[in-house]
Amino acid sequence: MSAPTAPKKKGPPQIGLLKGLGVTLKTFLSKPTTQQYPKTKPDLAPRTRGVIALMEENCTVCMLCARECPDWCIYIDSHKETVPPKDGGRARTRNILDRFAIDFALCMYCGICVEVCPFDALFWSPEFEYSTETIEELTHEKEQLRKWMDTVPPPPELEYGAELPKEIQQGLDAARKKAAQRAAATAAAAPAKDDAEQDSGEKKEVEQRLEDTIHVEAQIDQDVFDKLVAEGKSERVARAKAKAAYVRAEKKRQADEIRAKEEG
Amino acid sequence: MAESIFALDSFWLSLILKLVAVVAFFLVAPLIAGYQEHKVMAFMQNRLGPMEAGPFGALQLVADGIKFIQKEDIIPAAADKRVFSAAPGVVLIPTLIMIAVLPLSPGGFAEDLDVGIFFALAVSSVGVVGVMMAAWASASKYSLIGGIREAAQLIAYEIPLFIAAAAVVMQAGTMSLVGIVNAQADFTAFGIPVPYAVPQAIGLVIFGIAALAELNRPPFDMPIADSEVIAGHMTEYSGLRFAFFLLTEFGGMVVYSALMVVLFLGGWNIWPGVPLPDNAILANLIGFGVSMVKILGLVFVMTWLRSTYPRLREDQLQRFAWTVMIPLAILQLIVTAIGKVIA
Ligand code: SF4
Ligand code: SF4
Repeated sequence: MSAPTAPKKKGPPQIGLLKGLGVTLKTFLSKPTTQQYPKTKPDLAPRTRGVIALMEENCTVCMLCARECPDWCIYIDSHKETVPPKDGGRARTRNILDRFAIDFALCMYCGICVEVCPFDALFWSPEFEYSTETIEELTHEKEQLRKWMDTVPPPPELEYGAELPKEIQQGLDAARKKAAQRAAATAAAAPAKDDAEQDSGEKKEVEQRLEDTIHVEAQIDQDVFDKLVAEGKSERVARAKAKAAYVRAEKKRQADEIRAKEEG
Repeated sequence: MAESIFALDSFWLSLILKLVAVVAFFLVAPLIAGYQEHKVMAFMQNRLGPMEAGPFGALQLVADGIKFIQKEDIIPAAADKRVFSAAPGVVLIPTLIMIAVLPLSPGGFAEDLDVGIFFALAVSSVGVVGVMMAAWASASKYSLIGGIREAAQLIAYEIPLFIAAAAVVMQAGTMSLVGIVNAQADFTAFGIPVPYAVPQAIGLVIFGIAALAELNRPPFDMPIADSEVIAGHMTEYSGLRFAFFLLTEFGGMVVYSALMVVLFLGGWNIWPGVPLPDNAILANLIGFGVSMVKILGLVFVMTWLRSTYPRLREDQLQRFAWTVMIPLAILQLIVTAIGKVIA
């Protein structure tokens, strides 16, 4: 092993001293990036983790968040209610949320509660301006937590061509099957219907299926990307849309190819 | 001897006038220089600096001063109380006295001494007495180490400072600060009118570096290196007494810059060979403006160096003074002498 060598010096000795002066002078002449916060709002990332919001309707009072919270700063109170039985059967009970509060003076913003909630009731909101005069006021109740829910950005779109979550995929398959059955039933009921129309409908369906079966590796369509960026879209959005455009175009091309082969 | 604009028939009246002028300059100039330093350094670090107190934070130092007044004045139990309390005043006085001989415009000075530069530099050395007082009386190891470093540094850097100034005196043929400015007014090197900064370029650099060291300005702030000795001799001070040290630092920056302007940059003259208007009031106003612009320009350079270079180590600092600065300063002196004899 060779001993570490000092980086090669460029230029005459002590030129570095002047270069250093150049760096500070350049910074001096450039505009500082400081944002003067109360006067100008900071441009935070859209999914900034500012505060925790509660989707009250989704909460089943399972208490997982309260138990997992390392600081024990989530307060949950609830009572049970009996729901009268629907056409026979036995009565059911369910939990009614009475109080849900987070003490943000204790919370360390670890996000464990958001991670752990199995019912999608807790979310990160980018809202951050909730400082108060006293520490007690930092314990926010469910009314306030629900209000913050309105500031939560929608979940990011799936990339085009990405696999859907299993339960959604299953639901979709079931719905498609049902629709197909219904279509078959109506077709059987009205055989006199215009053949051509039905043909085209069938054909379209086949085409759709064909394209669904083709798998394409997502790539960025540079033209679309440049266009979107030029339109002022953020790079993240432009990248996703450019990928989607590429996948769509590629699938169509491959489907056309297959069809051409089948016909020819 | 030139006439000061503050000279009146009545001795006492003119004394009071001069005192007021000197104290006013001493209180206002450091605020301007300090504000400039805050801002320049902020921009060099990609920040905005003070923005809230006054327009663009211009009153930040005033606000700081008010805050210092409100603070408790703490004297450590083990401190030598009388010496401890007196030290900030002793540090302050040399700067104040130096202002008295600084010529900022054709008549803008309190006193024009025949030995002006000698007086100014001699008085400046008194400051170290105050620093040593503060260091010793604080009864703190950080203060003591800082004070001793300061003493060693001042001894090392005062020699090149004096030699560089001596070369200028030799060239001008006078020790009077006003005389030096006047000598530069019609100075030409090979027929081109230039200030002494050109023939005395080495002297200018050496004087500047030595002034930085005298003022404990980075990169020569070993005596108050905060990572090692907290704040050196100022460690135990608080409130108004600490503010005195700060004021002295900023005041010292202005005074040493003013000395450099007088010695090397042609003083109140815009450029040698360009006379100020004949009208006395106008000449004084323009002269003062020119001086201030040059002074603040030098303060800018000091800040620039501060935000660019890391602090020197103690041994590097000493070696640099004794093996580089002093020989170069002597070389400058010899070259000046030869030039003077030949010319
Ligand atoms: S972010 Fe962490 S500390 Fe805060 S409430 Fe959730 S689990 Fe508790
Ligand atoms: S984990 Fe979710 S559903 Fe369960 S109590 Fe907490 S917020 Fe409600």
